[in-house]
Amino acid sequence: MSSQFADFPFLRTRRHVNQRKRVSKALRIPMIAGGATLAALGIKRRSLLGAGMAAGGGVLIYRGITAKGAWPSTLICVRKSVTIAKPAEELYRFWREFENLPRFMRHLQSVRSSGGKLQWVSSGPMGKNFSWEAEIVEEREDELISWRSLPGSQIENQGVVRFQATPGDRGTEVRVELLYRPPAGRVGAAFAMLFGEEPEQQIREDLRRFKEMMEAGEIPATDGQPHGRRSKVTTLLKSVSSFGRSDEEMKAQRVVS
Amino acid sequence: MKALCWYGKEDVRVETVPDPKILNPHDAVIEITRTAICGSDLHLYDGFIPTMEAGDILGHEFMGEVVDTGQEVKKVKRGDKVVVPFTIACGQCFFCQRGLWSACDNTNPNAWMMEKMYGYSGSGLFGYSHMMGGYAGGQAQYVRVPFADVGPLKIPDGVPDDKVLFLSDIFPTGYMAAENCDIKSGDVIAIWGCGPVGQFAIRSALLLGAAKVIAIDRFPERLQLAERGGAETLDYSRCDDVVEELKFRTGGRGPDACIDAVGMEAHAASISGLYDEIETRLMLETDRPMVLRQAIQACRKGGTVSIPGVYAGFINKLNFGAAFAKGLTFKMGQTNMHKYMQPLLQKIMDGAIDPSEVISHRVGLRDAPRMYKVFRDKQDHCTKVVLDPRAA
Repeated sequence: MSSQFADFPFLRTRRHVNQRKRVSKALRIPMIAGGATLAALGIKRRSLLGAGMAAGGGVLIYRGITAKGAWPSTLICVRKSVTIAKPAEELYRFWREFENLPRFMRHLQSVRSSGGKLQWVSSGPMGKNFSWEAEIVEEREDELISWRSLPGSQIENQGVVRFQATPGDRGTEVRVELLYRPPAGRVGAAFAMLFGEEPEQQIREDLRRFKEMMEAGEIPATDGQPHGRRSKVTTLLKSVSSFGRSDEEMKAQRVVS
Repeated sequence: MKALCWYGKEDVRVETVPDPKILNPHDAVIEITRTAICGSDLHLYDGFIPTMEAGDILGHEFMGEVVDTGQEVKKVKRGDKVVVPFTIACGQCFFCQRGLWSACDNTNPNAWMMEKMYGYSGSGLFGYSHMMGGYAGGQAQYVRVPFADVGPLKIPDGVPDDKVLFLSDIFPTGYMAAENCDIKSGDVIAIWGCGPVGQFAIRSALLLGAAKVIAIDRFPERLQLAERGGAETLDYSRCDDVVEELKFRTGGRGPDACIDAVGMEAHAASISGLYDEIETRLMLETDRPMVLRQAIQACRKGGTVSIPGVYAGFINKLNFGAAFAKGLTFKMGQTNMHKYMQPLLQKIMDGAIDPSEVISHRVGLRDAPRMYKVFRDKQDHCTKVVLDPRAA
């Protein structure tokens, strides 16, 4: 299966994935979102009617998740780019040390490279970790690195990052293309969608942190600063929506030495 | 420490919260000696700015003494007296390098929120919603300041706080609004709103060589202050048609540039005012652009409309046809603070301007919640409230 997947040309796959996404978004996401809202409203009521609403919401969520047909994230293709005011060779060198990636990729716990192979560990929802092995497919100095997961990996994926000088001396355009099958099948994807952990957004944020580290020498952070009493709703929403490492956990790695 | 926290519309309280600490290597912690309530804080008080959370510490105009610095801070040190700009900038990115400091790419941890609303994110701001970074503000005893070598401006010994405090926002903001008018010899500038930013815009326009400044407001004490600053005044509540009056006073040409120092919470006793009141109540628009409409209408052909007043969302029935027909230029945005602080400090030291003249109230931090209301309702001739967190 994974060798098949690795053969998909990027562009064709992207169109293919997007079509699936549209169909399922029309049906499934409203079902799940509506179900969640109904359930939340029901729970808030604390009455017989409320219990009924909560149960109905639960059914909607279940149906949304388990419905037959294409699930939007069976195969995900992400393309993002960012411009960084640094020379390509500096950015390439930093990225090529794969051990550096968790310093700006919030969901990566670690990357270890040994004997031409890369061992990746990533955090997922509910404290679950995922790991996989990958190999470098191609590398062109100061220009491009591409990799793909080895057969039997928990997360099948392949990716490429390109570094290209911008016109007019504005630095380097860094383009990432990533193709992957998310972990834990439907449940993992449902969690990711419900709580806003969209892969596009993840990659966007990772690239932003890469830029911040390389340009400003630190990643801006506000976790750990003082505030007055937060409302219970805010605190609850934050605790269920965040996975990956906190600012605090990433802090030790935040500075470019 | 004590800090003023936001809990909702018209609900701000002084609470005891933990002291701030260094979180990043370029941070400093500052003990605040003076802070102020800004007109734009009233937009938070009135619940106009999205992405606020209960418990957020407000305040973006402040100064004080450095008490702690991160390991990468080289220029400022413990004991330095500094004024801190309300925009946070890294100093390294494309925008900072070109003087567009308030568009800094690297200082908003919640940039994605602003990107969702506006397409791209500007710099982080102190005490001004999570969309703008969620940084704790300075209406408090202490504050954490990121990129301490880039923003804070050192103040020489012996200069009173009240004279330099407004370098943190409103003086540069009024100055940039005037500079954006690209003032040439003989130019007449009309300024809507004689609050603190309007006052600094008046004085800055004259410093930059304007022949005449016409200041528009309805509060007598604010008009008097404008007059003291060298402006000719226009009380719109005693005037049937502001646009006609401006035309009359400019020999039929119209002002060469118009400054909207009011922003999205404008008030007007007119059909247009009633229209916006209804639309915002019905959530059909979020901002009330009465002043902007008038400024566009009044401005001479080929003139400039400069907007230091804050807008946050959507506006309806904007007379864009008039703007097009006259070929107007629009200049606006958060102030590029870092560019103006040093030169404006020099102007204060030279005695060209004394910013403390806009202060109407000096109180302790404890009284801040009451003063928000007084300032918002313009009671007690309130033009500018300065808070002393060291006072009891």
